[in-house]
Amino acid sequence: MTDKTILKITQLVKKYDGLRAVDHISFSVNPGEIVGLLGPNGAGKTTAINMILGILEPTEGSIEILGKNLKECKSDIRRNINFAAVYAHVPANLTVWQNLYVFGLLYEIEQLKQRLKSLLQEFDLERFVHTKTGLLSSGELSRLNLAKALMNKPRLLLLDEPTASLDPSISQLIREKIKAYAVETQAGIVWTSHNMNEIEAVCDRVLFLSRGKILLSGDPRALPAEHGKSDLEELFITVAREPLRLKE
Amino acid sequence: MSLSRIFAVFVRQLFLFKSNPTRLVSIFLWLIIDVILWGFISRYLGSMGQATFSFITVIMGAIILWEFMSRIQQGIMMAFLEDIWSQNFINFFASPLKIREYLSGLVLTSICSGIAGFLVMIAIAGPLFGYNAFKTGLLLLPFMLILLVFGIAMGIFVSAMIFRLGPSAEWLGWPIPMVLSLFVGVFYPISTLPAALRTVSAVMPPSYVFETMRSVLTTGSFPPDLLSNLLIGALLAAIYLVLTSRFFVRIYHKNLISGNIARFNAEAL
Repeated sequence: MTDKTILKITQLVKKYDGLRAVDHISFSVNPGEIVGLLGPNGAGKTTAINMILGILEPTEGSIEILGKNLKECKSDIRRNINFAAVYAHVPANLTVWQNLYVFGLLYEIEQLKQRLKSLLQEFDLERFVHTKTGLLSSGELSRLNLAKALMNKPRLLLLDEPTASLDPSISQLIREKIKAYAVETQAGIVWTSHNMNEIEAVCDRVLFLSRGKILLSGDPRALPAEHGKSDLEELFITVAREPLRLKE
Repeated sequence: MSLSRIFAVFVRQLFLFKSNPTRLVSIFLWLIIDVILWGFISRYLGSMGQATFSFITVIMGAIILWEFMSRIQQGIMMAFLEDIWSQNFINFFASPLKIREYLSGLVLTSICSGIAGFLVMIAIAGPLFGYNAFKTGLLLLPFMLILLVFGIAMGIFVSAMIFRLGPSAEWLGWPIPMVLSLFVGVFYPISTLPAALRTVSAVMPPSYVFETMRSVLTTGSFPPDLLSNLLIGALLAAIYLVLTSRFFVRIYHKNLISGNIARFNAEAL
């Protein structure tokens, strides 16, 4: 952890009616680092991301983003973060341009029209400017979500399964864009995915979550061998099916 | 408070009308039908009795102001529901948008649609039925202001209930104007009500507007309690606005704890 840590999570807990969805997790994300959050469905990945986004209040623990406490400086912090999630599309009944314009106003982007123009060009969305978002294909929609997510040039970017249901070609394109963004801007990125090849290709470090706890963490390329597994997918399956055995 | 973010919430609603002009029907069509219907009823009533006042002026005046208030309430509710239907809460509330800015954007949207509806109503009622909206002179402004503030308060209240109970609670919002109209003297003087119901009228800001307006239009002179009535109406409306805004913010914070902001969509609650 450096003194310029982008995200610092300490002993984060979320309880729902006695059930611990997230159970005392602590981790940090450094500038330019892509951290993968892995785990089976219901492990607590999305709950953790929602707490970092500030749309879910933690039961215990603290979240610091760019050295500020999220609870105390929510609106200020949110100027510098953004997200794209498979379950959170922009409104389908607005056009591509209208959606980006609304979010540009929300993030108070300077020289908004110029920024929109460059985003539309970068994500190859120019021909869809006047198309209603609901009419876009999955790939086009994912590109739009990413354009929205990068609109404010966030210092912390949260990506919850950004390439789910995309074809390999578009997935690769998105991976490359995000990796380049992390290198160029030294932004910190949290990435969840169920695609282990993708995680290996993109992430500098991974955290395995199971039943709300961080079970393992480390380099995605070295971690399988450290635990006697042939690859990340095999390790994932063990975490999902036999987390206690792995812990031992 | 950021004007840019308030404008974002407003312009998002404006874009909906631009993308689909049939949405304008919901704002104007029912108003036009109501004005025409009540115009004919007023004309018929006027032709029957030997009243010393104009039914058109009194009844149409009340209907137009009541519709104005109802549109303000429903405008906020509809704008709020749009964000539920499009599952937009995560995007909005994960942005720098503050809850008070969001509410302000909804209010701005409903004020614009309410005023547009009001202008359409007087534009129709004038030529068709000879109705003069400005017969009460400058008094129209405080009347409208009290109804505007109370309509906003009711819109925020209904939205808060939907926020708390889920989209199915939408049904709560539609009958509110009709239920309130029983107590506030839109169609008849409050003295018509039994004593117990008059107690309810006493805490409803629109009661003071409609009683005062009826008195001015039927007698042709200002009642002695004009100023106190307007002050009580304005004060009550302001109290309702503060209370319902706080209620909405409270529900928002409860939803942050329960996880409903993240889960909120048409099916989840």
